Amino acid sequence: MVLAVLPFGLEALREAAGDTLFYYALSPALKILGLVFLAILPVITYLVLAERKILGFLQVRVGPNRVGPWGLLQPIADVMKLLVKEDTIPSRAVRWAFVLAPCLVVAPALVIFSVVPVGPPSSTPGGFSGFVTDIDTGVLFVIAVATIGVYGLILGGWSSNNKFSLMGGLRAAAQMISYEVPQGLALVGPLMLAGTMSMVGIVEAQRGARVWYVFPQLVSFFIYMVAGVAETNRNPFDLPEAESELVAGFHTEYSGMRFALFFLGEYANMIAVSAVATTLFLGGWLRPFPSVAWLSPLDVVPGAIWFALKVFVFLFVYIWFRGTFPRYRFDQLMALGWKWLLPLALANIFVTALIKLWLAR
Amino acid sequence: MSPPNGSGEPVDRLVDPLFCGEEMELSFGPQHPATHGVLRLNLRIEGERIVGCYPIIGYLHRGTEKLFELHPFFQNVPHTDRMDYVAAATNNLAYVGAVEKLIGLSVPPRARYIRTILAELQRISSHLVWLATHAIDIGAMTPFFYCFRERERVLDLFEQYCGARLTLNCMRPGGLPFDLPAGWGDACRRFCEDYPAKIAEYEGLLTENRIWKRRTVGVGVLSPEAAVDLGVTGPMLRASGVGFDLRKARPYEAYGEVEFAVPVTQNGDTYDRYLVRMAEMRESTKIVLQCLDLLPATEGGPIMAKRPRVLKGPKGEVYHGIEGPKGEIGFYIVGDGTPNPYRCHVRPPSFMNLQALPDLANGHLVADLVALIGSTDIVLGEVDR
Amino acid sequence: MSEEGTPETAAAPGEKPAEKPVWERDPVVPEWRDADDDPLAAALREALPEAIRSAKTFAGDLTLDVERERLADVARELKTSHGFSLIVDVCGADYPNREPRFDVVVHLASLPPDRAYRVVRLKVQTDEATPVPTLTGVYRGANWPEREVFDMYGVRFEGHPDMTRILLWEGFNGHPLRKEFPVEGIDTGAAIYPEHYGETMGPVAGTGTGWRPPKPAPVAPVGDSADAKPEGPKEGGSA
Repeated sequence: MVLAVLPFGLEALREAAGDTLFYYALSPALKILGLVFLAILPVITYLVLAERKILGFLQVRVGPNRVGPWGLLQPIADVMKLLVKEDTIPSRAVRWAFVLAPCLVVAPALVIFSVVPVGPPSSTPGGFSGFVTDIDTGVLFVIAVATIGVYGLILGGWSSNNKFSLMGGLRAAAQMISYEVPQGLALVGPLMLAGTMSMVGIVEAQRGARVWYVFPQLVSFFIYMVAGVAETNRNPFDLPEAESELVAGFHTEYSGMRFALFFLGEYANMIAVSAVATTLFLGGWLRPFPSVAWLSPLDVVPGAIWFALKVFVFLFVYIWFRGTFPRYRFDQLMALGWKWLLPLALANIFVTALIKLWLAR
Repeated sequence: MSPPNGSGEPVDRLVDPLFCGEEMELSFGPQHPATHGVLRLNLRIEGERIVGCYPIIGYLHRGTEKLFELHPFFQNVPHTDRMDYVAAATNNLAYVGAVEKLIGLSVPPRARYIRTILAELQRISSHLVWLATHAIDIGAMTPFFYCFRERERVLDLFEQYCGARLTLNCMRPGGLPFDLPAGWGDACRRFCEDYPAKIAEYEGLLTENRIWKRRTVGVGVLSPEAAVDLGVTGPMLRASGVGFDLRKARPYEAYGEVEFAVPVTQNGDTYDRYLVRMAEMRESTKIVLQCLDLLPATEGGPIMAKRPRVLKGPKGEVYHGIEGPKGEIGFYIVGDGTPNPYRCHVRPPSFMNLQALPDLANGHLVADLVALIGSTDIVLGEVDR
Repeated sequence: MSEEGTPETAAAPGEKPAEKPVWERDPVVPEWRDADDDPLAAALREALPEAIRSAKTFAGDLTLDVERERLADVARELKTSHGFSLIVDVCGADYPNREPRFDVVVHLASLPPDRAYRVVRLKVQTDEATPVPTLTGVYRGANWPEREVFDMYGVRFEGHPDMTRILLWEGFNGHPLRKEFPVEGIDTGAAIYPEHYGETMGPVAGTGTGWRPPKPAPVAPVGDSADAKPEGPKEGGSA
């Protein structure tokens, strides 16, 4: 019913506020709020449950199954618990940094979603398009915003007045900065094939090229996946929050809602990395084999569903990694990023450029 | 960038990229998820590299040796359970063996076979706990659950035998308190036949895993001379190339009548200790199956030696050591003609093995320290008594 | 143990062909025997005269009484010439009725495959004030066991690199394994910080029986002897 009333409400708002204000400020703001609160946050909370259940099945046990059927109400119980928990700040912590750090982790992760296209642009002007906004430098924007997340970790680790947190924060900073370079370079591959940095443009280019970019750019995809796992501090690269070594790393001293924000940020980052990978490598909202005509009955499935399926595949792989691998030691992690992924990414760019030049002759 | 070995060579600072020129003192523990108990390590670290490690123990000291002097010989068996609480049966076995040596008791064959079975099952259980915690410290979460699933079966067997899962109190000086319940032998045999496939599962997850090998190969190399000099025994010693196992050197219980191999490897690093303990689990299964085969011949036999009603220790002293899962566990008992021991001292393997930790950890990274503590396989109840 | 006991008892004269297995006969209690003819003891006496006071066997274990100052020499001789490379244990014992009341007992082992497996025991006698030479120069693994002997008995080891308490905390007053130390423990608070623990405070950790330091007699008016202090607590060891 809300969806039926929505267009009328928006029309009324547009007439009240005027065109400019509506299109440039109110509409994006409403889209972002809707996206974040109605789409991303529920997905994150249920992603936590999915992780616990999948990890449980990998480990020969059942995950949470007490709260609600199959544990479906568990995330609600967790959120309520975290909200009512006592909010402690260590007495000698640096207050402003301690309070700011979780926000710096969550906010950039959520901002990335504003340029990720879930569906095609709307055919009618002013209609509902599958993204909040599409900027010409979408990929660059994503990389730049993701970098801001590092500040949150460093501040969180340093401000806690705790040696373990400090070490965790430093490790996290070094790890994330080192893996941003191969991650960015890996994204250059699809950029070269698509010829544009706009996210929508890249998906359209994949439709035009009739192949998902994962196939010509397999090396790039692999590098982006590995770097993505390292960027989000997930197993096997989760040394900054390695529970057995640094108690809880940079978020040792956090409790209650602040801790929940760090957690939220980590999962939001996971989804963001998966979404960007889906867009650039797996064809975004396109169905499999977008140009094969006899599969066109599949077109009834909206693009958003294809997008969601592909993102869930990535998330499942993330969780699968966590259940399988031991953790890399810090120097081995850095060596992997600098000595292996970076030259590989550079070589990939070189080879892609050569092939593109040769094909354009 | 290979760290130095246990002989303590200095790290070459000029070329060490992780050297940042400032030492930080970090107290690792006593409350820490990775120290397996209340162990505190005062670390001095430069960046990530450890330059000094000083263990502080005693947080779990309960005065067990003083308590031994209070009770008669047979009442002290539960005290021994609580030292190495993960491997209670072997503690019991060492203690009752020492008392039998002091008093001159001879154990009937049926009791010897059953005691061997219990000791080897306990060895399997202890190694399962070791593998589970070692793997989860290094980050592999899944073997933890697989190992505890198998351990549940072993603990069920113990519960059917003596009523307890952890602090077993399952042996007495001279033999055993009870005979095996009906069907226990078959349940045990089923477990032993299923078990090698499970070991293969753990090995499939870890042994050839590249990340596991990178975390454990070359970490904490202990040379055989250093190991013997430090009093290290058990799998840590055998991983360094010294093939010393009390079950073969001075066979006790039924170990002289069964065939089994003692795994020895040469490199002395964490990966080798892992391999030795995994191989030991397989050998223990073989020993249990052989003892189960020997049992029916003693069906209906006595399980307790003929002994006086009140066990009085003569005025003498003995030392008796056995091969526990962590090393040589021994008891030095001085008798004084009364039913209580005059002095009963425990030689704990984890205590001596832990002495080696500062040597092993020097020059390694903090992340390696966690792997090292896991591979040393300590139980603080035994270290502190 | 059946394996240890049988060789000694098989030589018992007048024994009928085995009618009852050994575990159904009365236990044969081991006895102290002289071991002066033991080759190891003889070799040691030759190498280090006057270091070995006596050599005896009990239940198959060879025990050598060693002069206190020569302990490290004997250990070194055993390690280098006879292959006793593994230090099994260093422990202590308290015989308060005897003059040097403490015993320090060292167990050494020789390992296969180079040698046959054998455990030998060295004992020295000492009292509270006399230190014993340390074995850390010979065996590095003697470090922690010697600290434990110091912690539990108060016996110092001369030349030890780190002669501090290991199982109990610094500042603990007393040596628990001495025979006069009560099993229930002592008032660990008042024993260390008497100025902080007044009499109005209840029993603190370590006093399971509610024992607390006895109160001094109330201060009498001028002219009386004020300090009728009762006898001190029965704790072992002095600060």
